Amino acid sequence: MLYIFCPHCGSRSQNEFAYGGDATVKRPELNKEISDQEWNNFVYLRKSPRGKHLELWHHISGCRQWIKVERDTSTHEIFKTYKADELTE
Amino acid sequence: MSQDFRLDNIGMVNRNKKISFTFNGKKYFGYEGDTIASALIANGVHLVGRSFKYHRPRGFFGVGVDEPYAILQLERNNERDPNIRATEQEIFEGLEVKSVNCWPSVNFDIGAINNFLKMFFPAGFYYKTFMWPPSFWYKIYEPFIRMAAGFGEASIKHDKERYEHKYEYCDLLITGSGPSGLASAYAAAKNGARVILAEDKPRYGGSLLTSDVNIGNQTGAEWSEKIITELKSMSNVIVKNRSQVFGYYDHNMLVMSERISDHLPKTQKYLPKQRLWYIRAKEVLISSGSIERPLVFGNNDTPGVMLSSAAKEYMKVYGVLVGKKPLIFTNNDSGYETAIEFKKNGVNPIILDTRKKPSSDIITEAKNLGIEIKYSYVVVAAKGYKKVKSADIAKISDNKKDLSNIENIECDCICVSGFWTPSIHLASQSGNKSEFNEKIDAFIPKKSKQKENTIGSANGKFTLEETINEAFNKGYEVSNKITENNNKVSIPTVVEKKSSEHDKFWCVPLPKGKSYKRFLDFQNDVAVTDIELALREGFRSIEHVKRYTTLGMATDQGKTSNLNGLQLVSDIENKVVPQVGHTTFRPPYTPVSIGAIVGREVGKHSKPTRKSPMHEWHEKNNAVFVDAGVWLRPRYYKQGNETLFEASKREAKNVRKNVGVCDVTTLGKIDVKGPDAAEFLNRVYTNAWLKLPVGKARYGVMLREDGIVMDDGTTTRISENHYHMTTTTAQAANVLSHLEYYLQLVWPELNVNVVSTTEQWAGAAIAGPNSRALLMKLFPNTDVSNEALPFMGYKEADLFGIPAKIYRISFSGELAYEVNVESDYGNFMWEKIIEVGKELKIQPYGTEALSTLRIEMGHVAGSELDGRTIPHDASLEGLVSKKKDFIGKRSLSRSAFTKPDREKIVGVVPLDKTTSIPEGSYIVKDPKAKLPNPKLGHVSASCWSVEYDNPFSLAIIKDGKNMIGQKLFAMSPLKNKTIPVEIVSSHYVDPEGKRVRA
Ligand SMILES: [Zn+2]
Repeated sequence: MLYIFCPHCGSRSQNEFAYGGDATVKRPELNKEISDQEWNNFVYLRKSPRGKHLELWHHISGCRQWIKVERDTSTHEIFKTYKADELTE
Repeated sequence: MSQDFRLDNIGMVNRNKKISFTFNGKKYFGYEGDTIASALIANGVHLVGRSFKYHRPRGFFGVGVDEPYAILQLERNNERDPNIRATEQEIFEGLEVKSVNCWPSVNFDIGAINNFLKMFFPAGFYYKTFMWPPSFWYKIYEPFIRMAAGFGEASIKHDKERYEHKYEYCDLLITGSGPSGLASAYAAAKNGARVILAEDKPRYGGSLLTSDVNIGNQTGAEWSEKIITELKSMSNVIVKNRSQVFGYYDHNMLVMSERISDHLPKTQKYLPKQRLWYIRAKEVLISSGSIERPLVFGNNDTPGVMLSSAAKEYMKVYGVLVGKKPLIFTNNDSGYETAIEFKKNGVNPIILDTRKKPSSDIITEAKNLGIEIKYSYVVVAAKGYKKVKSADIAKISDNKKDLSNIENIECDCICVSGFWTPSIHLASQSGNKSEFNEKIDAFIPKKSKQKENTIGSANGKFTLEETINEAFNKGYEVSNKITENNNKVSIPTVVEKKSSEHDKFWCVPLPKGKSYKRFLDFQNDVAVTDIELALREGFRSIEHVKRYTTLGMATDQGKTSNLNGLQLVSDIENKVVPQVGHTTFRPPYTPVSIGAIVGREVGKHSKPTRKSPMHEWHEKNNAVFVDAGVWLRPRYYKQGNETLFEASKREAKNVRKNVGVCDVTTLGKIDVKGPDAAEFLNRVYTNAWLKLPVGKARYGVMLREDGIVMDDGTTTRISENHYHMTTTTAQAANVLSHLEYYLQLVWPELNVNVVSTTEQWAGAAIAGPNSRALLMKLFPNTDVSNEALPFMGYKEADLFGIPAKIYRISFSGELAYEVNVESDYGNFMWEKIIEVGKELKIQPYGTEALSTLRIEMGHVAGSELDGRTIPHDASLEGLVSKKKDFIGKRSLSRSAFTKPDREKIVGVVPLDKTTSIPEGSYIVKDPKAKLPNPKLGHVSASCWSVEYDNPFSLAIIKDGKNMIGQKLFAMSPLKNKTIPVEIVSSHYVDPEGKRVRA
């Protein structure tokens, strides 16, 4: 079970969190004309890297904040965690 | 039977407490502190089971977790426990155990015929013998394998025992209380660290209990007693025996199972049977020791062949002789220690040493005691079927290939020592890649992967001096990283006998003309020939060889067999062991009971139960409840001998005719507040929200980004910047997460906050033509007329002194209101409604009637919004704004979602007006069409229409819009029913929606 540092609450066990997928996905702006291809990429296409991955976790049984976690997908090492509005390196 | 093999003046069992137990129905005696194994051996019993494949007789091989043979079935307190290791289970008064894998009895086992049919059980027999003909599989092969396989029978009764889970945090977890565990725990504890020391056996001390050493001026056993006593007295230390750390998971989370009551006749009051500890440790020291390796020779599975260290422990800890004419077969000095112990207890052993001319302190001591030693000697084969009676021994050539001088000598046990294998399982589970150490012919952990270090013999340190020094230093070093106390204790001096190098020899060649089975894996019956066959058949990777032969795949995870298996593969392949590598170790290190894993989360505790504030009232009024997610909701209120069908019909009819009240507390409620709340809702819902006035409610649909409907519900504008959103019961949590996602990550510029208020409000839906009359009585000071409180209106009012909120919304399609009060007043509100409504013929209604009402109205719910439908499919396209953008809008223009014959919701009525259509039925054109019959869609919900008194269903079918009026068929292969039906509008009752606006 992972031990995730929530920037709002401190280190907590994984079972307080829900996984939220790739944190680098950017939603297209509202009312913007975009191609099927672009929309498809946003809705369905995700990279599944082996190694460093910036991902979202939702502290559902804690502060209810969405946070960004930089994690190695093969070793589960967590390098850094960020608040939702924090700029990532 | 008397304890003929019990020694008088040695051992740690309590001689003052005699204990009786039964084994296979026969009564035996032992002492408090005995295991089943030690007590049976004291009684001269060595035949305890039959092997897995060939049903060969099985005795005892080890003395602890590594035991591959003595797996028994235990009865305790009317409960049945399979897969019990006789070497670990302590005896208690009245214990009942029996053998497994044998029928009809351990002494006469019909399955032993497999032994003579061994040509049918070669390596990979699962994939060969039973493959042909395929028709034999279910009726003949599978039942045969099932009867022959497995270790005991699980109980099918509900387990009444209690199991607990515990979460613990510490600076340092130490797994094993041998010399390295004790020393490191002591050093770390004295340096102020919070330490947990776990020991899987009942007694602390590990090898110190059985070895002839001194630490400081005390014997090993005395020193361990002193240290453990001091550790127990320290407030920063938790010491646990009978506790096995079996799993090393991510981020230094380890799991330990503590057997609290297994050694007692009955679980004590207020104590669980077992407790599972989830331990998050800042640092871990793995001090799990090492396990002696067997030597491989003919019939080496005969009862009476066992590890030499086990024989020693049976003497020193339990005061039990494993035999009176022992043969010690060794390739290192450990066998000598066992021989010396035998000699000291008046038994004359013979040592066969594979080495040519070894010399060391221990060997000299053995010689001085007058023990007979044969150098360059091996055991060729054990003789005897149910117990060792003699052994063929031989001189072995210097190149270890040729045998000579074969002779038979009498013996009643053969104690083998093929040197030691560090228990690296936990380190391996942590992700630590191990490396092969040539010096000890075994793997040891490499560089730490997580915050773990392995110490002592688990790390290949086989002298006590090395172990103690390493452990004291590591305990200090690791604890000081955390505490920075710099409090270093002095390391005691160690006195031990020096030993000489071990021999790399491990497998005795077969003499000419003999084909003895030489076993590698004792629990899964894998012999040398099986591995040879697998390699001949082309299996190369050790992982494949393992799975094909099942080497190391039994419940003992190959603790005694893995390394010899690897040796054999590398010998045949002319490789060295590190090239072959070893298979992956996975948790659990030892079997864990399902009860401990599940803990208290059984039965009604398997999930939380949420109850509305009116729950007690429902109970008192004969409500029959149904699980709605984790909520308990009244399904119907039973009157007399009513069935569900009758009751729900009565309740629904009463709503249509008079007035009903339904507990809707479970609906999800979310407060949406802030200056940008309207803009936010406008983006979340498919319809327009910017112009909703204060005091008005609106029905809304929200989508996922892929265009699929996520949820629906009404949201009311309470004040300028405050909205009250409702969600379905099932989606409440998901919708909140969804809203938070967009507010925190996508549109953080919106000044809006959301919070769940589900628990804060109790809700009652009042529906039916009499509902306004009821409201006028409930709120005499509030104008609830159609003008003052129109459909989709909202008012705050006073309910006999309690502040209440009235929403004029309807799920039933009738004139209806939803009244909310703060949860604590929920029951008060409910009782008032029932009391005041009496003269208006009010009746409470449950979820079944609620479903009936919404289905015949054509209102969609979870069975239509099932994660596959877009607004169009549920006839909600009128709520999709063309002007503004919202979540998921762009997906709706995908070609699949705009196809003209896209599925759409319709109503379905059976032609005979009497046959109910099973939910999930297919709608087809031709019931006799060739299979697979092309389906048009499926029936999502069925009810008995109380309006028309005939069955009615909703279905989502292809081109539904144009199917209305068609005669089709509903097919339910599951119920074996084909029903002729007519497709009608989904709005079966009051299609113009007059009633809700009345
Ligand atoms: Zn948090």
